[in-house]
Amino acid sequence: MIEAIDITKYYGDFPAVTGLSFSVEQGEILGFLGPNGAGKSTTMKILTGFIPPSSGTAKIAGFDITEQSLQARRHIGYLPETVPLYEDMNVRDYLSFMGQIRGMAKPQLHQRINEVIELCRLGEYRDTIIGKLSKGYRQRVGISQAILHEPDVLVLDEPTIGIDPIQVVETRQLIKDLGRDHTLILSSHILPEVSMICDRIIIIHEGQIVAVDDPGNLGTNLAGVERVEIEVKGPNREILPVLERVDGVQSIERMSVTGGAYHRYHVTVDIGKDLRHDLAKIIVEGGWELLKLQSLGMSLEEIFLRLTIEEEELPNNSGAVS
Amino acid sequence: MKNLIAITLKETKGYFSTPSAYIVGTMFLVLTGVFFVFDVSKPFAEAGVRGLSDWASFFIVFLAPLITMKLLAEEQKLGTLELLLTSPVREWEIVLGKYLASFLMLLSIQSVTLYYVFIVYFFGNPDTGPVISAYIGLVLHGAAALAIGMLGSSLSGNQIISAVVATAILLIFSFINRVSSLVEGNVAEFINALSMNSRLADFSRGIIDLSHIVYFLSIVGVFLFLSIRSLETRRWR
Ligand SMILES: Nc1ncnc2c1ncn2[C@@H]1O[C@H](COP(=O)(O)OP(=O)(O)O)[C@@H](O)[C@H]1O
Ligand SMILES: [Mg+2]
Repeated sequence: MIEAIDITKYYGDFPAVTGLSFSVEQGEILGFLGPNGAGKSTTMKILTGFIPPSSGTAKIAGFDITEQSLQARRHIGYLPETVPLYEDMNVRDYLSFMGQIRGMAKPQLHQRINEVIELCRLGEYRDTIIGKLSKGYRQRVGISQAILHEPDVLVLDEPTIGIDPIQVVETRQLIKDLGRDHTLILSSHILPEVSMICDRIIIIHEGQIVAVDDPGNLGTNLAGVERVEIEVKGPNREILPVLERVDGVQSIERMSVTGGAYHRYHVTVDIGKDLRHDLAKIIVEGGWELLKLQSLGMSLEEIFLRLTIEEEELPNNSGAVS
Repeated sequence: MKNLIAITLKETKGYFSTPSAYIVGTMFLVLTGVFFVFDVSKPFAEAGVRGLSDWASFFIVFLAPLITMKLLAEEQKLGTLELLLTSPVREWEIVLGKYLASFLMLLSIQSVTLYYVFIVYFFGNPDTGPVISAYIGLVLHGAAALAIGMLGSSLSGNQIISAVVATAILLIFSFINRVSSLVEGNVAEFINALSMNSRLADFSRGIIDLSHIVYFLSIVGVFLFLSIRSLETRRWR
């Protein structure tokens, strides 16, 4: 239903997302988990056709987002992270407008608005001006417009951010219910949230997919690797086999060094293992000179530390109408 | 087409349900009225609406950008443009739909000035021809000014900046004929041809020149086209 093919997005020189490929099957709920700045929102904006990818493409319900943008957009319901709404319209007029620009016919639209208002429990507020609603209720209006036209694909960008804990629980239940008859992609930086709601989880960090897994396995059985950079003075022929024998080392790449009497290696190691100590020890024992030993990029463990793992960290912001 | 109508209706409702449109409209009517009355109360004033349409045209330069400034700027500021552009709606439907709403708004403000025309007919015996041509000129000028306002609104998420940019462009188009006296020959002719004011003067004198009509409609076309392009390239920024 959703297929991302090698999506890369540059903002100027800065790569926000690089080489992202994944697919979401019909009826599946995919969690897009990553710390702030990982590239979640950028990916959502590309999938929904708001911004074009620098390279690569995606297909929504079989339609290419760049070449058949209009058809692709017909199949999407989208809730952006900022929950943009027209402040001076009331809930019902707003939903009516959003339904019309999604091509819904008037009589059917009227009935569907009532259904959606019921489903998102907005009943008391149907005639309230949106600007007067609290964050939690604005979120519900945002979700209402996303599901109004019964799209095949739902894209929800951090749908529980900034609302109070009780509403968070309700919203998650609502999303889970929606997942029963939609293909759904949900981004979040909260680990328990995606484990609870999603069938499958993609962990994204610095614009790249670092792990794909079932919620049950997360944290225990992660796919992936990490790398260590080593610079050593000594004979390559002797050093290389020794390093390869270290337990946990998957492969070693010898990098070119310009004008230096040393060698530089990129050692790929099993995920979650910190081999820096072992590697240093074996080099020193071999009698070679260790010039540099550095972890390349962030390990998955470190990424996890930057995710919100505890529910208590949810910001509090209660009150129905402000 | 359905999208366009939905957008026009939404914006029109928006105009009539917010006080700012009424305030701006009233200001326009009062200013136009005051200057017009000042003109016709001079000795030997002719019975006609020439002064009225001249002043109305002058104030449209400031009125039109105030009407259009929120149309696209607010969508960018609130982020609602993201939902609009990810709906199955084309950029031209958005621009044209909003433009039509602003045109309806301007027409309703302008139609109130007919009250002054009624007064002129009540107290005098004006030539009907120039009255009609003056109003045609006024509507065409308004249409062009709103299109320029749309471009201003597409360029920024800040309504003030949008209005200032549009007013600046409009002032250039209005008064560029003053520059033509500084240069000679073809250049002067070209500059004169670009100017709105020299053409508006013809309308208020009772002359309906086809080239003037084509001129104003071209401005509408060009600036709406630029607004659409500006909205399209928003995605790429
Ligand atoms: N419009 C933009 N211009 C420049 N950089 C941007 C823009 N939007 C996002 N970024 C950068 O791209 C990276 C990814 O951002 P984003 O997709 O919003 O991440 P997330 O939603 O996972 O927090 C961040 O480093 C952010 O600063
Ligand atoms: Mg984000």
